[in-house]
Amino acid sequence: MSTFFEQLVNGLTVGSFYALVALGYSMVYGVMKLINFAHGDLFALGAYLGYSLLTGATGKITASMGLWGGIGFTALLVALSVALAGVLVERIAYRPVYPSGRLSLVVSALGMAIFIQNAIMAIWGSRPQAFPASVVPSLRFSFFGIPVTLLQVTILGISFALMLIIWLIVEKSNFGAAVRASALDRETAILLGIDVRKVIFFVFALGPGLGGVAGLMNGLYYRAISFNMGWNYGLKAFTATILGGIGNIPGAMLGGLILGVVESLLAGYVSGAWKDVFVFILLIAILIFRPTGLLGEKTAEKV
Amino acid sequence: MAPLLEVKDLCLDYGAVRALNSVSLSVEEDEIVAVLGANGAGKTSLLKAVSGLIHPTEGSIQFRGEDLSHIQAFSLAGRGIAHVPEGRRVFSTLSVQENLMLGKYGVRSSRKKADLDSLEERVYSLFPILKDRRRQLAGTLSGGEQQMLAIGRALVSSPVLLLLDEPSLGLAPIIVQEIFSLIKKIHEEEKIAILLVEQNARKALKAASRAYILELGKIVVSGDSADLAQDPRVQAAYLGTKAC
Repeated sequence: MSTFFEQLVNGLTVGSFYALVALGYSMVYGVMKLINFAHGDLFALGAYLGYSLLTGATGKITASMGLWGGIGFTALLVALSVALAGVLVERIAYRPVYPSGRLSLVVSALGMAIFIQNAIMAIWGSRPQAFPASVVPSLRFSFFGIPVTLLQVTILGISFALMLIIWLIVEKSNFGAAVRASALDRETAILLGIDVRKVIFFVFALGPGLGGVAGLMNGLYYRAISFNMGWNYGLKAFTATILGGIGNIPGAMLGGLILGVVESLLAGYVSGAWKDVFVFILLIAILIFRPTGLLGEKTAEKV
Repeated sequence: MAPLLEVKDLCLDYGAVRALNSVSLSVEEDEIVAVLGANGAGKTSLLKAVSGLIHPTEGSIQFRGEDLSHIQAFSLAGRGIAHVPEGRRVFSTLSVQENLMLGKYGVRSSRKKADLDSLEERVYSLFPILKDRRRQLAGTLSGGEQQMLAIGRALVSSPVLLLLDEPSLGLAPIIVQEIFSLIKKIHEEEKIAILLVEQNARKALKAASRAYILELGKIVVSGDSADLAQDPRVQAAYLGTKAC
């Protein structure tokens, strides 16, 4: 039983990375009907920026602002930089080709993914890098008998706080309703006075911003980062997006968490080497049996 | 005084296809004006041009004396034109209340927004069924209710001109009757001018004071609704020989 709970906590931790990245896929898909293949590599960019901030300015940030202030500040800088990168990706790779249809967009997105991956390799090198050890003190404690580390608590705390904020913005605010309306029917949204360019800016800033923070936390958690990590994480998070129902915000969060937990339990009980195989079998199974995902069908459409 | 809306020599092309050919029409402040025509005559294109969704090739569109032909569509909402698109186009996975709330989205000033809260109540009193269902997802409403929601969503922005694109489309005759009496009620009680595009010529001519008939992108006949209803050509082409 203890293996179960340990793997559950591990799974939720990894799942929260998937969930944050999946939110970006889902929001962009909702509004643009485009799978932003560069999104996984923006996640990797977040990991590398976090690495540079924590090693390059070693101690400086965490020493002058304290541990939590330092981590918060680093996360904020990473989020803002990757958000800016996301907006630039939209301007450079998507907006100019938008009128020429979806196939051109997909090709452009793949090109952007390769570009970012190679840019990371050119800047930081092709060898994996390692985050400094124990940025967050490696404290271990027991929560109702389940062993958890301080780092896991930190990651889960940040992730769930971010997800709650996104959920409140998207589901409860006026602007969020405008975002959902633009995703459903862009032309009618424009008729009501919604500036869809602002909505597009919002999803291309927020999605990558969240993905960047996930990349930073992933680096803190596993320490080793590599320039091509975005591809694998991108695919996993994309699977999570499909699992939850693409375009559906709560679905992306749920899909990410479920995928993380399933993957960890498989690694714990079956074999770590096979977990990716199971994840992608799961993706194929969803696409065959329930392509709308878990939360994808909210209502019956009437014509 | 200049008319509320004045469209002059409007031409519109989709690639090599001319959708509107030198169309001129006007709507006065106290009028319901109908545009009739068959499928593909250019009725929807005309309304889309007025609300800025598509930009005309030539010609001008003036609203309260201001030229609209190059204004961004989203900035037009909240300036007094509200467009109820063909097929209702309610946001199906948003609640009725959220749909109505978005109707006010284009209105920028916050003082005016406060005034609009009372309009929301007014819309609920015009369409009581929407109040009962305000927490329901719009996609679960019946066709007639969705049409009411689409009109209500347009009304909450406090328009002076309402563009209605085929409000009777796909609705049962008894619901069509209800929608048309609501349109008249809105016109009379809220003092809103209406530009109505319809295939249901009989109903539209009854509601409107004047009408234009559009054929293949050109206005072929125009005049008072009562005269048009008596015009043998109109009767033959749009009203049929028997009453329905």
